[in-house]
Amino acid sequence: MRNPLSEKIVEIKPSGIRKFFDVVKSIDGAISLGVGEPDFDTPWHIRDEGIYSLEKGRTFYTSNSGLRELKVEVCNYLKRRQNIQYEPDDQVLVTVGGSEAIDLALRAMVDPGDEVLIPQPSYVSYEPCAILAGAKPVIIELKEENEFRLTAEEILEHVTDKTKILVLPFPNNPTGAIMEKKDLEAIAKVIEEKDLFVISDEIYSELTYTDKHVSIVEIPGMYERTVLINGFSKSYAMTGWRLGYACGPKDIIAQMTKIHQFAIMCAPTTSQYAAVEALKNGDEDVAMMREQYNQRRRYLVKELRDLGLPCFEPFGAFYIFPCIKEFGMSSDEFATKLLQEEKLAVVPGNAFGNCGEGFIRISYAYSLDDLKKAMERLKRFIDNHR
Amino acid sequence: MVNRDELLRAIDKNSRIGVEELAVILAAPEIEVANELRALEDEGIICGYHTMIDWSKTNIEKVMALIEVKVTPQRGIGFDSIAERIYKYPEVTSVYLMSGGFDLMVMLEGKSLKEVATFVTNKLSPLDTVLSCSTHFILQKYKEHGTILTKKYEDTREIVTP
Repeated sequence: MRNPLSEKIVEIKPSGIRKFFDVVKSIDGAISLGVGEPDFDTPWHIRDEGIYSLEKGRTFYTSNSGLRELKVEVCNYLKRRQNIQYEPDDQVLVTVGGSEAIDLALRAMVDPGDEVLIPQPSYVSYEPCAILAGAKPVIIELKEENEFRLTAEEILEHVTDKTKILVLPFPNNPTGAIMEKKDLEAIAKVIEEKDLFVISDEIYSELTYTDKHVSIVEIPGMYERTVLINGFSKSYAMTGWRLGYACGPKDIIAQMTKIHQFAIMCAPTTSQYAAVEALKNGDEDVAMMREQYNQRRRYLVKELRDLGLPCFEPFGAFYIFPCIKEFGMSSDEFATKLLQEEKLAVVPGNAFGNCGEGFIRISYAYSLDDLKKAMERLKRFIDNHR
Repeated sequence: MVNRDELLRAIDKNSRIGVEELAVILAAPEIEVANELRALEDEGIICGYHTMIDWSKTNIEKVMALIEVKVTPQRGIGFDSIAERIYKYPEVTSVYLMSGGFDLMVMLEGKSLKEVATFVTNKLSPLDTVLSCSTHFILQKYKEHGTILTKKYEDTREIVTP
Protein backbone atom coordinates (compact mmCIF):
# COMPACT_ATOMS: atom_id res chain seq x y z
CA MET A 1 0.00 0.00 0.00
CA ARG A 2 1.17 3.51 -0.75
CA ASN A 3 1.70 6.02 2.03
CA PRO A 4 -1.71 7.66 2.40
CA LEU A 5 -0.32 10.83 3.94
CA SER A 6 0.80 14.11 2.48
CA GLU A 7 4.45 14.82 3.12
CA LYS A 8 3.72 18.50 3.59
CA ILE A 9 1.22 17.79 6.36
CA VAL A 10 3.34 15.18 8.11
CA GLU A 11 6.26 17.57 8.21
CA ILE A 12 4.33 20.24 10.07
CA LYS A 13 5.19 20.06 13.77
CA PRO A 14 2.22 19.49 16.08
CA SER A 15 1.39 22.34 18.45
CA GLY A 16 3.67 22.47 21.49
CA ILE A 17 0.63 23.20 23.61
CA ARG A 18 -0.94 19.91 22.60
CA LYS A 19 2.15 18.06 23.79
CA PHE A 20 2.07 19.82 27.11
CA PHE A 21 -1.67 19.25 27.44
CA ASP A 22 -1.07 15.50 27.50
CA VAL A 23 1.42 15.93 30.35
CA VAL A 24 -1.03 18.06 32.32
CA LYS A 25 -3.84 15.56 31.85
CA SER A 26 -1.74 12.86 33.49
CA ILE A 27 -1.42 14.86 36.74
CA ASP A 28 -4.34 14.55 39.12
CA GLY A 29 -5.75 17.62 40.85
CA ALA A 30 -3.59 20.15 39.02
CA ILE A 31 -4.67 23.75 39.04
CA SER A 32 -4.12 25.59 35.83
CA LEU A 33 -3.11 29.01 34.66
CA GLY A 34 -2.77 27.59 31.20
CA VAL A 35 -6.04 28.46 29.57
CA GLY A 36 -6.31 30.78 26.59
CA GLU A 37 -10.00 31.54 26.95
CA PRO A 38 -12.14 33.67 29.28
CA ASP A 39 -13.39 32.23 32.56
CA PHE A 40 -16.64 34.16 32.21
CA ASP A 41 -19.70 32.49 30.78
CA THR A 42 -21.13 34.02 27.64
CA PRO A 43 -23.46 36.76 28.98
CA TRP A 44 -26.94 35.33 29.42
CA HIS A 45 -28.75 37.71 27.05
CA ILE A 46 -26.43 36.55 24.26
CA ARG A 47 -26.98 32.87 25.02
CA ASP A 48 -30.69 33.59 25.24
CA GLU A 49 -30.73 34.93 21.67
CA GLY A 50 -28.96 31.78 20.50
CA ILE A 51 -31.58 29.63 22.22
CA TYR A 52 -34.39 31.81 20.90
CA SER A 53 -33.11 31.49 17.34
CA LEU A 54 -33.24 27.70 17.70
CA GLU A 55 -36.77 27.86 19.09
CA LYS A 56 -37.83 29.93 16.11
CA GLY A 57 -36.37 27.31 13.80
CA ARG A 58 -33.47 29.37 12.47
CA THR A 59 -31.60 26.21 11.70
CA PHE A 60 -30.70 26.70 8.04
CA TYR A 61 -27.55 27.82 6.26
CA THR A 62 -27.01 31.53 6.13
CA SER A 63 -25.54 33.14 3.05
CA ASN A 64 -21.89 32.17 2.56
CA SER A 65 -20.47 35.39 3.87
CA GLY A 66 -22.81 35.45 6.89
CA LEU A 67 -26.15 36.88 8.02
CA ARG A 68 -26.57 40.33 6.58
CA GLU A 69 -27.83 41.59 9.94
CA LEU A 70 -24.60 40.42 11.56
CA LYS A 71 -22.40 41.96 8.87
CA VAL A 72 -24.21 45.27 9.36
CA GLU A 73 -23.62 45.05 13.12
CA VAL A 74 -19.94 44.22 12.58
CA CYS A 75 -19.63 47.39 10.48
CA ASN A 76 -21.50 49.45 13.08
CA TYR A 77 -19.24 48.09 15.77
CA LEU A 78 -15.99 48.86 13.94
CA LYS A 79 -17.27 52.33 13.13
CA ARG A 80 -18.31 52.91 16.75
CA ARG A 81 -15.20 51.52 18.41
CA GLN A 82 -12.45 52.32 15.94
CA ASN A 83 -13.94 54.66 13.41
CA ILE A 84 -13.22 52.26 10.55
CA GLN A 85 -15.72 52.16 7.71
CA TYR A 86 -16.52 48.89 5.89
CA GLU A 87 -19.40 47.97 3.60
CA PRO A 88 -21.42 45.06 4.99
CA ASP A 89 -22.19 43.60 1.56
CA ASP A 90 -18.72 43.12 0.13
CA GLN A 91 -16.12 43.88 2.78
CA VAL A 92 -17.10 41.52 5.61
CA LEU A 93 -16.83 37.74 5.86
CA VAL A 94 -18.17 35.87 8.89
CA THR A 95 -15.94 32.91 9.70
CA VAL A 96 -15.67 29.94 12.04
CA GLY A 97 -13.60 31.76 14.63
CA GLY A 98 -10.72 34.10 13.96
CA SER A 99 -8.67 30.98 13.21
CA GLU A 100 -10.51 30.24 9.98
CA ALA A 101 -10.09 33.85 8.91
CA ILE A 102 -6.30 33.59 9.40
CA ASP A 103 -6.19 30.45 7.25
CA LEU A 104 -8.40 31.99 4.54
CA ALA A 105 -6.51 35.26 4.40
CA LEU A 106 -3.21 33.45 3.90
CA ARG A 107 -4.60 31.09 1.30
CA ALA A 108 -6.28 33.92 -0.60
CA MET A 109 -3.16 36.07 -0.74
CA VAL A 110 -0.06 33.94 -1.24
CA ASP A 111 1.42 31.95 -4.10
CA PRO A 112 4.12 29.28 -3.71
CA GLY A 113 7.41 30.91 -2.82
CA ASP A 114 5.91 34.07 -1.34
CA GLU A 115 7.30 34.92 2.05
CA VAL A 116 5.13 35.66 5.08
CA LEU A 117 6.61 37.57 8.01
CA ILE A 118 5.45 36.14 11.32
CA PRO A 119 6.49 37.86 14.54
CA GLN A 120 6.94 35.43 17.43
CA PRO A 121 6.17 34.65 20.24
CA SER A 122 2.65 34.48 18.89
CA TYR A 123 -0.40 32.33 18.45
CA VAL A 124 0.37 28.86 17.20
CA SER A 125 -1.48 28.77 13.88
CA TYR A 126 0.20 31.41 11.69
CA GLU A 127 3.24 29.38 10.77
CA PRO A 128 1.46 26.10 9.88
CA CYS A 129 -1.26 28.00 7.99
CA ALA A 130 1.38 29.82 5.96
CA ILE A 131 3.02 26.48 5.10
CA LEU A 132 -0.35 24.95 4.18
CA ALA A 133 -0.95 27.91 1.89
CA GLY A 134 2.33 27.11 0.13
CA ALA A 135 4.17 30.16 1.43
CA LYS A 136 7.49 30.34 3.21
CA PRO A 137 7.10 31.54 6.79
CA VAL A 138 9.84 33.94 7.91
CA ILE A 139 9.98 34.33 11.66
CA ILE A 140 10.72 37.67 13.31
CA GLU A 141 11.89 37.09 16.85
CA LEU A 142 10.45 39.84 19.02
CA LYS A 143 12.59 41.08 21.87
CA GLU A 144 11.80 41.45 25.51
CA GLU A 145 13.67 44.75 25.68
CA ASN A 146 11.13 46.17 23.19
CA GLU A 147 8.31 44.79 25.36
CA PHE A 148 7.77 42.31 22.51
CA ARG A 149 6.56 45.06 20.17
CA LEU A 150 7.40 44.88 16.48
CA THR A 151 9.76 47.53 15.12
CA ALA A 152 10.34 48.84 11.61
CA GLU A 153 13.99 47.75 11.82
CA GLU A 154 13.00 44.17 12.55
CA ILE A 155 10.77 44.11 9.48
CA LEU A 156 13.57 45.56 7.33
CA GLU A 157 16.00 42.92 8.57
CA HIS A 158 13.72 40.14 7.33
CA VAL A 159 12.18 41.59 4.20
CA THR A 160 13.29 40.18 0.83
CA ASP A 161 11.91 40.82 -2.62
CA LYS A 162 9.69 37.76 -2.10
CA THR A 163 8.05 39.06 1.06
CA LYS A 164 4.36 39.68 0.54
CA ILE A 165 2.53 39.46 3.86
CA LEU A 166 3.10 40.63 7.42
CA VAL A 167 1.07 38.94 10.13
CA LEU A 168 0.39 41.40 12.92
CA PRO A 169 -0.71 39.64 16.13
CA PHE A 170 -1.51 42.42 18.61
CA PRO A 171 -2.69 42.61 21.39
CA ASN A 172 -0.52 39.55 21.64
CA ASN A 173 -1.02 36.04 22.90
CA PRO A 174 1.20 34.94 24.74
CA THR A 175 3.12 38.09 25.73
CA GLY A 176 0.29 40.56 26.40
CA ALA A 177 2.18 43.12 24.29
CA ILE A 178 0.32 45.82 22.42
CA MET A 179 1.22 48.12 19.54
CA GLU A 180 0.40 51.75 20.21
CA LYS A 181 -0.34 54.28 17.51
CA LYS A 182 3.27 55.47 17.31
CA ASP A 183 4.51 51.89 16.94
CA LEU A 184 2.04 51.25 14.14
CA GLU A 185 2.93 54.47 12.35
CA ALA A 186 6.58 53.46 12.40
CA ILE A 187 5.96 50.08 10.75
CA ALA A 188 3.33 51.46 8.36
CA LYS A 189 6.05 53.39 6.51
CA VAL A 190 8.02 50.21 5.87
CA ILE A 191 4.91 48.29 4.87
CA GLU A 192 4.13 50.87 2.24
CA GLU A 193 7.71 51.20 1.06
CA LYS A 194 8.13 47.44 0.64
CA ASP A 195 4.62 47.04 -0.80
CA LEU A 196 3.51 44.47 1.82
CA PHE A 197 0.03 43.40 2.86
CA VAL A 198 -1.01 42.95 6.47
CA ILE A 199 -3.09 40.28 8.18
CA SER A 200 -3.94 41.96 11.45
CA ASP A 201 -5.23 39.52 14.07
CA GLU A 202 -7.04 41.77 16.54
CA ILE A 203 -8.98 39.13 18.43
CA TYR A 204 -7.96 40.71 21.77
CA SER A 205 -8.82 44.26 20.66
CA GLU A 206 -11.31 44.80 23.49
CA LEU A 207 -8.78 43.76 26.11
CA THR A 208 -6.32 46.61 26.41
CA TYR A 209 -5.74 48.32 29.72
CA THR A 210 -4.20 51.68 29.05
CA ASP A 211 -5.81 53.32 26.07
CA LYS A 212 -8.31 52.00 23.60
CA HIS A 213 -6.87 49.57 21.06
CA VAL A 214 -5.60 51.11 17.82
CA SER A 215 -5.91 49.07 14.64
CA ILE A 216 -3.31 49.35 11.91
CA VAL A 217 -6.26 49.98 9.58
CA GLU A 218 -6.58 53.41 11.24
CA ILE A 219 -3.11 54.42 10.06
CA PRO A 220 -3.23 56.30 6.72
CA GLY A 221 -2.41 54.10 3.73
CA MET A 222 -3.06 50.84 5.57
CA TYR A 223 -6.79 50.38 4.89
CA GLU A 224 -6.12 49.18 1.33
CA ARG A 225 -3.39 46.80 2.49
CA THR A 226 -4.93 45.13 5.50
CA VAL A 227 -7.21 42.24 6.28
CA LEU A 228 -8.56 42.91 9.76
CA ILE A 229 -9.45 39.80 11.74
CA ASN A 230 -11.53 39.84 14.86
CA GLY A 231 -14.17 37.72 16.54
CA PHE A 232 -16.37 37.07 19.52
CA SER A 233 -14.32 34.55 21.48
CA LYS A 234 -12.28 36.78 23.74
CA SER A 235 -14.30 39.99 23.99
CA TYR A 236 -17.68 38.36 24.59
CA ALA A 237 -16.47 35.11 26.18
CA MET A 238 -17.82 33.08 23.26
CA THR A 239 -14.96 30.70 22.44
CA GLY A 240 -17.14 27.63 21.97
CA TRP A 241 -19.50 29.41 19.56
CA ARG A 242 -16.68 29.47 16.99
CA LEU A 243 -17.37 32.80 15.39
CA GLY A 244 -15.08 35.42 13.95
CA TYR A 245 -14.88 37.73 10.97
CA ALA A 246 -12.54 39.27 8.45
CA CYS A 247 -12.88 42.73 6.94
CA GLY A 248 -10.82 44.25 4.20
CA PRO A 249 -10.54 45.34 0.58
CA LYS A 250 -13.33 43.92 -1.60
CA ASP A 251 -11.15 41.86 -3.90
CA ILE A 252 -9.42 40.06 -1.02
CA ILE A 253 -12.67 39.42 0.86
CA ALA A 254 -14.25 38.08 -2.35
CA GLN A 255 -11.50 35.47 -2.79
CA MET A 256 -11.59 34.55 0.89
CA THR A 257 -15.36 34.12 0.60
CA LYS A 258 -14.84 31.77 -2.33
CA ILE A 259 -12.61 29.44 -0.29
CA HIS A 260 -14.95 29.70 2.68
CA GLN A 261 -17.90 28.84 0.46
CA PHE A 262 -16.29 25.62 -0.76
CA ALA A 263 -14.61 24.56 2.50
CA ILE A 264 -17.08 25.66 5.18
CA MET A 265 -20.27 26.83 3.48
CA CYS A 266 -21.20 29.23 6.28
CA ALA A 267 -20.48 29.87 9.94
CA PRO A 268 -22.89 28.30 12.46
CA THR A 269 -26.30 29.97 12.21
CA THR A 270 -27.10 29.86 15.94
CA SER A 271 -23.81 31.53 16.76
CA GLN A 272 -24.49 34.25 14.21
CA TYR A 273 -27.81 35.15 15.80
CA ALA A 274 -26.23 35.23 19.24
CA ALA A 275 -23.43 37.43 17.89
CA VAL A 276 -25.91 40.00 16.59
CA GLU A 277 -27.14 40.41 20.16
CA ALA A 278 -23.55 40.61 21.44
CA LEU A 279 -22.72 43.49 19.12
CA LYS A 280 -26.01 45.29 19.72
CA ASN A 281 -26.21 45.06 23.49
CA GLY A 282 -22.90 43.69 24.77
CA ASP A 283 -20.78 46.79 25.32
CA GLU A 284 -21.42 46.79 29.07
CA ASP A 285 -20.52 43.14 29.45
CA VAL A 286 -17.23 43.78 27.70
CA ALA A 287 -16.49 46.74 29.99
CA MET A 288 -17.26 44.66 33.07
CA MET A 289 -14.99 41.82 31.98
CA ARG A 290 -12.23 44.24 31.01
CA GLU A 291 -12.35 45.77 34.50
CA GLN A 292 -12.04 42.35 36.11
CA TYR A 293 -9.13 41.31 33.89
CA ASN A 294 -7.39 44.58 34.60
CA GLN A 295 -7.64 44.07 38.38
CA ARG A 296 -6.23 40.56 38.06
CA ARG A 297 -3.49 41.86 35.77
CA ARG A 298 -2.40 44.44 38.32
CA TYR A 299 -2.45 41.82 41.05
CA LEU A 300 -0.32 39.38 39.06
CA VAL A 301 2.23 41.95 37.93
CA LYS A 302 2.77 42.93 41.54
CA GLU A 303 2.96 39.32 42.76
CA LEU A 304 5.44 38.29 40.06
CA ARG A 305 7.62 41.31 40.75
CA ASP A 306 7.50 40.61 44.48
CA LEU A 307 8.67 37.10 43.64
CA GLY A 308 11.54 38.65 41.73
CA LEU A 309 10.47 37.25 38.36
CA PRO A 310 11.33 39.80 35.68
CA CYS A 311 8.36 40.68 33.50
CA PHE A 312 7.39 43.79 31.58
CA GLU A 313 3.94 45.12 32.32
CA PRO A 314 1.57 43.71 29.70
CA PHE A 315 -1.14 46.09 28.53
CA GLY A 316 -3.27 43.72 26.48
CA ALA A 317 -4.97 40.31 26.23
CA PHE A 318 -5.01 38.25 29.46
CA TYR A 319 -1.49 36.92 29.69
CA ILE A 320 1.71 37.69 31.53
CA PHE A 321 5.00 36.43 30.16
CA PRO A 322 7.64 36.33 32.90
CA CYS A 323 11.24 35.36 32.27
CA ILE A 324 12.49 32.21 34.04
CA LYS A 325 16.04 32.10 32.66
CA GLU A 326 17.64 32.49 36.11
CA PHE A 327 16.60 28.94 37.07
CA GLY A 328 18.83 27.34 34.46
CA MET A 329 15.98 25.27 33.09
CA SER A 330 14.31 25.33 29.71
CA SER A 331 10.72 26.52 29.58
CA ASP A 332 9.61 22.93 29.11
CA GLU A 333 11.58 21.73 32.13
CA PHE A 334 10.34 24.60 34.27
CA ALA A 335 6.70 24.03 33.34
CA THR A 336 6.97 20.27 33.77
CA LYS A 337 8.68 20.53 37.17
CA LEU A 338 6.19 23.15 38.32
CA LEU A 339 3.44 20.79 37.35
CA GLN A 340 4.97 17.75 39.01
CA GLU A 341 6.08 19.44 42.21
CA GLU A 342 3.31 21.95 42.80
CA LYS A 343 0.57 20.73 40.46
CA LEU A 344 0.41 24.10 38.79
CA ALA A 345 0.05 24.28 35.02
CA VAL A 346 1.45 27.15 32.96
CA VAL A 347 2.37 27.03 29.29
CA PRO A 348 6.07 26.95 28.29
CA GLY A 349 6.93 30.03 26.27
CA ASN A 350 8.58 28.08 23.46
CA ALA A 351 5.16 26.68 22.51
CA PHE A 352 4.70 30.09 20.84
CA GLY A 353 7.99 30.10 18.93
CA ASN A 354 11.64 29.41 19.67
CA CYS A 355 12.19 32.92 20.98
CA GLY A 356 9.64 32.21 23.73
CA GLU A 357 12.29 29.93 25.24
CA GLY A 358 13.16 31.14 28.73
CA PHE A 359 9.65 32.41 29.40
CA ILE A 360 6.35 31.00 30.62
CA ARG A 361 2.84 32.14 29.78
CA ILE A 362 0.58 32.76 32.73
CA SER A 363 -3.07 33.36 31.93
CA TYR A 364 -5.20 35.52 34.20
CA ALA A 365 -8.51 34.29 32.88
CA TYR A 366 -9.12 33.04 36.42
CA SER A 367 -10.75 34.50 39.51
CA LEU A 368 -8.59 36.44 41.96
CA ASP A 369 -9.05 33.64 44.49
CA ASP A 370 -7.72 31.07 42.03
CA LEU A 371 -4.81 33.34 41.16
CA LYS A 372 -3.92 33.70 44.83
CA LYS A 373 -3.82 29.95 45.34
CA ALA A 374 -1.71 29.56 42.24
CA MET A 375 0.75 32.27 43.33
CA GLU A 376 1.30 30.46 46.64
CA ARG A 377 2.35 27.39 44.70
CA LEU A 378 4.54 29.36 42.34
CA LYS A 379 6.24 31.09 45.28
CA ARG A 380 7.01 27.80 46.98
CA PHE A 381 8.40 26.41 43.74
CA ILE A 382 10.61 29.42 43.17
CA ASP A 383 11.88 29.39 46.76
CA ASN A 384 12.80 25.72 46.38
CA HIS A 385 14.71 26.26 43.16
CA ARG A 386 16.54 29.49 43.79
CA MET B 1 -6.94 58.83 42.64
CA VAL B 2 -9.26 56.00 43.57
CA ASN B 3 -12.00 55.34 41.07
CA ARG B 4 -14.97 55.35 43.45
CA ASP B 5 -17.28 53.38 41.17
CA GLU B 6 -14.69 50.70 40.55
CA LEU B 7 -13.94 50.50 44.28
CA LEU B 8 -17.63 49.96 45.04
CA ARG B 9 -17.92 47.31 42.34
CA ALA B 10 -14.83 45.56 43.70
CA ILE B 11 -16.18 45.28 47.24
CA ASP B 12 -19.79 44.69 46.21
CA LYS B 13 -19.16 40.98 45.76
CA ASN B 14 -16.37 40.63 48.28
CA SER B 15 -16.52 42.82 51.36
CA ARG B 16 -13.64 40.97 52.99
CA ILE B 17 -11.06 42.10 50.49
CA GLY B 18 -8.40 44.08 52.39
CA VAL B 19 -7.20 47.62 51.79
CA GLU B 20 -3.80 46.33 50.75
CA GLU B 21 -5.24 44.13 48.02
CA LEU B 22 -7.70 46.78 46.90
CA ALA B 23 -4.79 49.15 46.46
CA VAL B 24 -3.09 46.64 44.14
CA ILE B 25 -6.05 45.77 41.97
CA LEU B 26 -7.22 49.38 41.69
CA ALA B 27 -3.71 50.75 41.16
CA ALA B 28 -4.07 53.36 43.93
CA PRO B 29 -2.11 54.07 47.13
CA GLU B 30 -3.36 52.24 50.21
CA ILE B 31 -3.93 55.42 52.15
CA GLU B 32 -6.24 56.74 49.44
CA VAL B 33 -8.23 53.54 49.35
CA ALA B 34 -8.60 53.60 53.14
CA ASN B 35 -9.69 57.24 53.08
CA GLU B 36 -12.18 56.61 50.33
CA LEU B 37 -13.70 53.66 52.19
CA ARG B 38 -14.03 55.82 55.29
CA ALA B 39 -15.67 58.56 53.26
CA LEU B 40 -18.11 56.10 51.69
CA GLU B 41 -19.05 54.86 55.16
CA ASP B 42 -19.44 58.39 56.51
CA GLU B 43 -21.64 59.37 53.59
CA GLY B 44 -23.86 56.37 54.23
CA ILE B 45 -23.08 54.88 50.84
CA ILE B 46 -21.47 51.82 52.38
CA CYS B 47 -24.08 50.83 54.97
CA GLY B 48 -22.60 47.62 56.30
CA TYR B 49 -20.53 44.52 55.57
CA HIS B 50 -22.72 41.47 55.86
CA THR B 51 -22.12 37.79 55.41
CA MET B 52 -24.30 35.86 53.03
CA ILE B 53 -25.30 32.65 54.78
CA ASP B 54 -27.41 29.91 53.29
CA TRP B 55 -29.23 29.02 56.52
CA SER B 56 -31.00 26.12 54.88
CA LYS B 57 -27.70 24.23 54.91
CA THR B 58 -27.33 24.62 58.69
CA ASN B 59 -29.20 23.14 61.65
CA ILE B 60 -30.59 26.51 62.56
CA GLU B 61 -34.25 26.81 61.68
CA LYS B 62 -35.26 29.98 59.96
CA VAL B 63 -38.46 30.86 58.22
CA MET B 64 -38.47 33.69 55.78
CA ALA B 65 -41.54 35.45 54.54
CA LEU B 66 -42.34 38.22 52.14
CA ILE B 67 -45.41 40.26 53.02
CA GLU B 68 -47.26 42.54 50.66
CA VAL B 69 -48.79 45.33 52.72
CA LYS B 70 -51.39 47.84 51.58
CA VAL B 71 -51.60 50.96 53.73
CA THR B 72 -53.31 54.35 53.80
CA PRO B 73 -50.71 57.07 53.30
CA GLN B 74 -50.92 59.86 55.84
CA ARG B 75 -51.21 63.54 55.01
CA GLY B 76 -47.87 65.29 55.04
CA ILE B 77 -45.71 62.29 55.80
CA GLY B 78 -46.85 59.84 53.16
CA PHE B 79 -45.54 56.35 53.82
CA ASP B 80 -42.52 57.21 55.95
CA SER B 81 -44.20 57.05 59.30
CA ILE B 82 -45.89 53.70 58.74
CA ALA B 83 -42.70 52.29 57.21
CA GLU B 84 -40.83 53.33 60.34
CA ARG B 85 -43.42 51.67 62.57
CA ILE B 86 -42.82 48.46 60.68
CA TYR B 87 -39.05 48.49 60.23
CA LYS B 88 -38.42 49.00 63.93
CA TYR B 89 -39.41 45.41 64.65
CA PRO B 90 -36.18 43.42 64.82
CA GLU B 91 -37.71 40.42 63.02
CA VAL B 92 -38.26 42.61 59.96
CA THR B 93 -35.18 42.36 57.73
CA SER B 94 -36.19 44.67 54.85
CA VAL B 95 -38.91 47.15 54.01
CA TYR B 96 -39.37 48.56 50.52
CA LEU B 97 -41.88 51.07 49.19
CA MET B 98 -43.27 49.59 46.00
CA SER B 99 -45.03 50.71 42.88
CA GLY B 100 -47.91 48.60 41.63
CA GLY B 101 -50.55 46.53 43.39
CA PHE B 102 -49.41 47.11 46.97
CA ASP B 103 -47.42 49.68 48.92
CA LEU B 104 -44.83 48.13 51.21
CA MET B 105 -42.93 44.94 50.80
CA VAL B 106 -41.84 43.62 54.17
CA MET B 107 -39.31 40.82 54.49
CA LEU B 108 -39.46 38.90 57.69
CA GLU B 109 -37.31 36.34 59.39
CA GLY B 110 -38.65 34.12 62.16
CA LYS B 111 -37.79 30.88 63.91
CA SER B 112 -40.98 29.16 62.87
CA LEU B 113 -44.09 29.48 60.78
CA LYS B 114 -46.00 30.19 63.96
CA GLU B 115 -43.75 33.04 64.90
CA VAL B 116 -44.23 34.70 61.53
CA ALA B 117 -47.99 34.15 61.70
CA THR B 118 -48.11 35.67 65.17
CA PHE B 119 -46.19 38.73 63.98
CA VAL B 120 -48.61 39.29 61.11
CA THR B 121 -51.77 38.81 63.15
CA ASN B 122 -50.71 40.50 66.37
CA LYS B 123 -48.41 43.27 65.23
CA LEU B 124 -48.67 44.10 61.55
CA SER B 125 -52.37 43.73 60.70
CA PRO B 126 -53.71 45.66 63.73
CA LEU B 127 -51.76 48.81 62.78
CA ASP B 128 -54.28 51.60 62.05
CA THR B 129 -53.07 52.46 58.59
CA VAL B 130 -52.60 48.88 57.39
CA LEU B 131 -55.43 47.91 55.06
CA SER B 132 -54.36 44.40 54.15
CA CYS B 133 -51.48 41.94 54.33
CA SER B 134 -50.67 39.10 52.01
CA THR B 135 -48.01 36.77 53.36
CA HIS B 136 -45.79 34.56 51.17
CA PHE B 137 -43.32 32.10 52.61
CA ILE B 138 -40.01 31.64 50.90
CA LEU B 139 -39.51 27.98 50.01
CA GLN B 140 -36.07 28.04 48.46
CA LYS B 141 -33.47 30.66 47.69
CA TYR B 142 -31.83 30.04 44.35
CA LYS B 143 -29.88 33.25 44.02
CA GLU B 144 -29.17 36.12 46.36
CA HIS B 145 -27.10 39.26 45.91
CA GLY B 146 -26.04 38.03 42.49
CA THR B 147 -24.77 34.75 43.88
CA ILE B 148 -26.23 31.40 42.90
CA LEU B 149 -26.80 29.39 46.09
CA THR B 150 -27.90 26.10 44.62
CA LYS B 151 -24.90 25.31 42.45
CA LYS B 152 -21.18 25.73 42.81
CA TYR B 153 -19.14 27.28 40.00
CA GLU B 154 -17.32 24.61 38.09
CA ASP B 155 -14.52 25.34 35.66
CA THR B 156 -15.31 23.17 32.68
CA ARG B 157 -12.63 24.54 30.39
CA GLU B 158 -9.89 22.34 28.99
CA ILE B 159 -6.94 22.64 31.34
CA VAL B 160 -4.48 24.00 28.75
CA THR B 161 -5.49 25.74 25.52
CA PRO B 162 -3.60 27.94 23.06
